[in-house]
Parts: sequence; structure tokens; C-alpha cells
Amino acid sequence: MSKQYTGAEIVCRALINEGVDVVFGLPGGAVLPLYGVLSQFPEINHILVRHEQGAAHAADAYSRSTDKVGVAFATSGPGATNLITGLATAMMDSAPMVAITGQVGRSAIGTDAFQETDITGATLPVTKHNYLVMNASDIGDVIHEAFYIAKTGRPGPVLIDIPKDVFTEKSYYNGRNEISIPGYKIPSKTTKNKIDEAVALIEKSKRPVILAGHGVIISKAFSQLKEFSEKSQIPVVTTLLGISSFPEDHILSCGFPGMHGMAYASLILDQSDLIIGIGTRFDDRIVGDPKRFSTKSKKIHIDIDASEIGKTIKVDVPIIGNIIDVLNQINPELSKNLRPEWLDTVSKLKVNHPSLEIPNSDHLLGQSVVKALSEITQGNAIICSGVGQHQMWAAQHYKFIQPNSWISSGGLGTMGYEVPSAIGAQVGNPDKLVWSICGDGGFQMTMMELATAKENNLPVKYAILNNNHLGMITQWQGLFYNEDYQAETYTGNPDFVKLAESYGIKGLRVDNKDDLFDVIKVANSHSGPVVVDFVIKKVDNVYPMIPAGQSVSELIGENI
Amino acid sequence: MSSNKNQRTITSLVQDRPGVLSRISGLFRRRGFNIASLAVGSSEEPGLSRMTFVVEGSATSLKSVAEQLDKLIEVVEAKDITDKNIVWRELALIKVSSNEKTRSEILDLAKIFRVNIIDIGVSSLTMEITGGKEKIDSLIELLRKFDIKEVIRTGRVATLRGTLIEGRPDGEYKSHSGANIQNDSEEIYESGSV
Repeated sequence: MSKQYTGAEIVCRALINEGVDVVFGLPGGAVLPLYGVLSQFPEINHILVRHEQGAAHAADAYSRSTDKVGVAFATSGPGATNLITGLATAMMDSAPMVAITGQVGRSAIGTDAFQETDITGATLPVTKHNYLVMNASDIGDVIHEAFYIAKTGRPGPVLIDIPKDVFTEKSYYNGRNEISIPGYKIPSKTTKNKIDEAVALIEKSKRPVILAGHGVIISKAFSQLKEFSEKSQIPVVTTLLGISSFPEDHILSCGFPGMHGMAYASLILDQSDLIIGIGTRFDDRIVGDPKRFSTKSKKIHIDIDASEIGKTIKVDVPIIGNIIDVLNQINPELSKNLRPEWLDTVSKLKVNHPSLEIPNSDHLLGQSVVKALSEITQGNAIICSGVGQHQMWAAQHYKFIQPNSWISSGGLGTMGYEVPSAIGAQVGNPDKLVWSICGDGGFQMTMMELATAKENNLPVKYAILNNNHLGMITQWQGLFYNEDYQAETYTGNPDFVKLAESYGIKGLRVDNKDDLFDVIKVANSHSGPVVVDFVIKKVDNVYPMIPAGQSVSELIGENI
Repeated sequence: MSSNKNQRTITSLVQDRPGVLSRISGLFRRRGFNIASLAVGSSEEPGLSRMTFVVEGSATSLKSVAEQLDKLIEVVEAKDITDKNIVWRELALIKVSSNEKTRSEILDLAKIFRVNIIDIGVSSLTMEITGGKEKIDSLIELLRKFDIKEVIRTGRVATLRGTLIEGRPDGEYKSHSGANIQNDSEEIYESGSV
């Protein structure tokens, strides 16, 4: 036992020991003692956001786009509650992050003190775990435990709430102790017989397909997935969040299925006799009606989370484990098994159901903007998105070549994710080109973070697909609510170019097809942040579309 | 035991810390499970509590209830023992009105059910009964005519039946002879009582 430190100093020392070099946050009363020691720790670069939701999304996207765990700081009460959307987004998409919130002093807890919220209570359902630390002596162990929990197993957000006077209390800190959490189980290596069962099914299958999900990306099993697919010549369909787990210029790449996926991807799943689900939760946007989802196939489900097995669909061979370990066990067992008939069917489905032909139009279309971005960046940029039509067009028309280059809120569907997530991804990948494809609706939910991009001179490029509409809402009201359009038009949008300029950021506008490529190139060559206002067709639908709860036979927008 | 397919019996070992029950009940709530009964107490290991739940919900969602529970960091172990060979008991305190006229009849009933009388006042008495749900339900039914003032039930506590065959895990239904043995945790009356 050597020197005593304050709780706040222990927080910083423990963060540094976890390899943290950047924190996204916004100060407030209860967390001020922590900010008060930051100057002693130049190793930690604090990025000041303009709203705590931005801190949470930035930390989440920083984690998703790097090997590290993103960290967010916020104060008690409103600061902490502002994090909640970000925590829920990370929770749904299994993104690791650690949030540290200040709390009112210990003696004030439970008294409805100024800026008091029971944030551990409030975040129970949207965190993987959370802590209220009542003694400075516990801070070190709790932080190390929190990082361990956040990044291992099925990752997720962890919140640590620390009362103001615990930050100032003195105690000892001796670094990272061995972590022992009796109730926390991470699946160990899978038993050989499950692997054998799976391999036997694969060998026997005449029409197998891989459904690769976000778990492949989290597990960084890119080369293992590729080996699996190539060795036994199995086509790969990815989920929305599985996009960029498999290079889309690969001959076995078959797009993504489901509500707005490619018709051929949904049809391949429908016609297959074996789906190998890898790190996917068979979510409702893919499965639609579980009773009519790929009825002719057996299912192998590989996932790290045992509670996902059989949740929506019946599974024949479940394998619980880390994807990379499981694939490393399966791959050597696979024999080269060419199925020329099935691969022929698959390529015919791709040819007959191109799905993504961009319609002829005098207007600039969202699809064309994404396609131009894809061509100019050659599929090598990191693409962030919000939620809605622009997100679907981004997923459909950007050809992702680089592993883990698609950062999007898939599970929670958080509008506004597009602005701060790009900041987090850019901070984590300073040398990469980051484009955020935004809707004009979502952009206005978090556009205050342009100040953060400017302040830190982050060269993020924002592409607003601006149609002055909540596009997906307009589409649903048109298709499913008798064209009774309500609260879907944005008549009060700002001039996004002037808005960018008011932040000192380069603002550009494209309102016709001719300027598209040139303006994107101008944006790419600019060394700082850029906002491009793409004025696209006012009302346009995303097709193809399988309505919620339906199956591929109800596909709209394409004949099957 | 009567196995209702929409009711599962879960036993779990959890860390004895503030907020653990709230995490568990929150999980049940957001997955749409109803807690039919809950019993909590310290376990054989210091720092760990044992909780026994009976939860209700749709058959499909209940399939993974133990796995969901096991995901909580502070849950050390969670097992769905519904389909296992188990012994289980519930305890109830029943306070019933009694006067000189009715007292002897109530005491007779208490004797048949092997119930302990733990308190007698001028106008009421309180009995303690242990057993399966049906036994307790029966007693309550029979006591109704005397005006029951209060019923306090603990909820089910359960454990796997010890195996009868060396080397086999607890909770299996097979006996030495290989035949299925009757799960007798439901016996309503003690031997010789009726």
C-alpha cells in the first residue's frame, strides 16, 4: 500500500490501465471532481460534445470501428438520462462501451436532490450491467470489471454511477487485480460432437446458405468466414448489421435479405435447404413471419448468446461459442463440396432479381448519391448512417469491400445516430475516410455535434439525403395508412450549407445529377469536416420491400 | 407435480447485493413473464442467495427464461427444473376466526393436516402449514367457512430429487429398476391421516 488517490484520480488511472486514450463527454455539477483531475492525465484526450446523447453514440461507434472500448462521461440527472438513447442503441447492437456518470453526494441520494436521478435503476434494461459505486476503494475494481464485461462475451454497454463525494474520497489503487465474477460466464470452446453434427448437415446439404450477422464482425472472424464460404462454396447472405463481414465484390456475396434487402437474398434463404446462421439473432426484419420463413431448410445457429437459440425460429443444431473459435473448429473439417446446380440457381436469382436498378428520373435520387459515393471511394470508406430510407439506400447501394466498415443503428433504429457516430468512427480511425449518410430528419436530431467535429477538426463528411420529408414515414403512410400523410413533411429545414458555414465548416450543395461526382470529389479533398446537402427527389420509396410480419412471397416492388 | 406448460419453476443462485432482485424482476417484466411465486433466502454459500421462481408466460418465450436469467451478471446459476424430478414445498400462515364453538372443529382439521398452531387469541388462531400447493389450497378451502382473516404464503421452494443410482445426476425420473417413479411431492395428506 503506497499512495492514496482521490476517487477521481483512481477513475483516470484505471481508465489509462484499460488503454483508454479518448473520452467523449460533457461536464456538470456532480461529475466536476472528475473533470477537476483530467489535467493531471494528458494521456486522456477529452472530446467535448454538445449533448450527452452524442457522447454515447460517439463512444459506441468508436468501439464498433476499433478494437477499443469507447468511454462517455456525463453528469447526474439530465446528463445521465441524455445518455440513455445511446446506451439502448449500443445494447441492441451489442456494442461495448463504458459510461461514467456523476451522482449526487452519498448523503443526498434518495432525497430528490438537485439533478438526482436513479440512473442505475433507469438504465437496467438498456445496459449489459451497471454499478453504483459507494466507496472510492471499489472504483478501481469496478472499472476493470466494467471493461471486462463490456467487451467480452456478447458485448454491451456498462454504466458506472459515482457519487460526487466518492470522487473526492481518498483510497488506494494498485492497478488491475485479477477479475473474478462468479455469475459471469463466457462460453468456452464448443464440444466436438456439435461441430461434427453441423459439418454432417453441411456435407449433406444440397442448397446451403450462410446468414452472416454482426457477430462475425464483433468476433473479427472475417478471414474465417471467407475460408468457410470458399472452401465449401456456400453463398453468403449478410444481415443488415452483418454488412461488411464479407466483401461484397466476392462472387459468393449475395447481399442482405429481409424487409428492404435484395429480393435474391430473401429468395436464396427461402429456397435453401440449410441456413447456417452465424452471429445473427434471426431478427424480425429478416424473418418476417416465422411460420413462413425458409420452411424447407434446416438451421444451424452459431452464437455466443445461448438465450438467442430458438428465440424466433426453430434451430436444428445450436452451437454456442465465440464465432472465431467455432469457425476455426469447423473449417478444417469441411471438405470441398461443389454444388454446381445450387450455385447456378443462386446466380440466376441474382441475374433475374437485380433488385437495385436505379429508376430513371430527372431528379437526383438518394440511390444515385450512394452509388456515386461507392464508386468514388471504391467501397473503401467507413460508412455511418442514421435510420430510415437513406440507411436502406446506403446498405443497398454502397459496395462494402473493407471488413467492418458499416456503422449503423440496426436494432434500436436510432434517428440521429448519423452525426455523432461518424465523429466516434473518425476519432477511432483518424487516417480513414469516414462518410456519414444522413437523413434530413435524423441529422437535425443531433446536428449540434457539428461543433464537436469543427472543434476537433475531424475530417468527417456528412452526406444529407435531403428530401424535406421523413421519407420512411411517408413511404409507410403511403403504403399502409391509405395515403393519409401526417407529420411527415419538413417545411422548416434550415439551409444546410449556411448551417455548416455558421459552424465554420465547409458546406456544399448538389441539386442535380450532373454535379454529383464533382462535388463528392471536392468534399473528399477537403481536409476538414464537410456537409453536403444532396437535394433529392421529394417523395420516393425504398424497394424492394417485404411488409412487416410477411414473407418473401408478399414482396413489393419487384416481380418474383 | 402438475406441469402447466405455461408455468416454469426456476431455481437460481444469485449474489446477495442490493438491486439484484430488481434486475431479475425487470428482466421478467420486459420479457412479458409474470412471477407467480417467488422465494428468496440465503443459501449454503456465504454471499449467495437462492431464489426460486414460478413464472408464467407464453410457452415460446418461457423456453429461454433460465438462459435469459443466467445472462444477468449477478446471477451465478439459473436452472429450469420444471421437467425434472423435484421435491418442492410451500409454507403458509393462515389466520382464521375462532371462538369457543368453532375452535375444536378447527383444531381437528389442523390435526388431520398435521398443521402447527402457532398462535391463539380470543377471536382467532394462526396455523402454519407446509406442503405442496394442493395441500395448502385444500386446507384453505376447508377453513373458508370459519372466516379466514389472512393467508400468508411463501411461494414454492424446490430442489432436485437426489438420484437413486450411483453416478447419475440428481433430478432424473428413473428408479433402480429403470421404471419411472411417481413424483410424490404432491401428497396432500400425511400418512394415516385420512
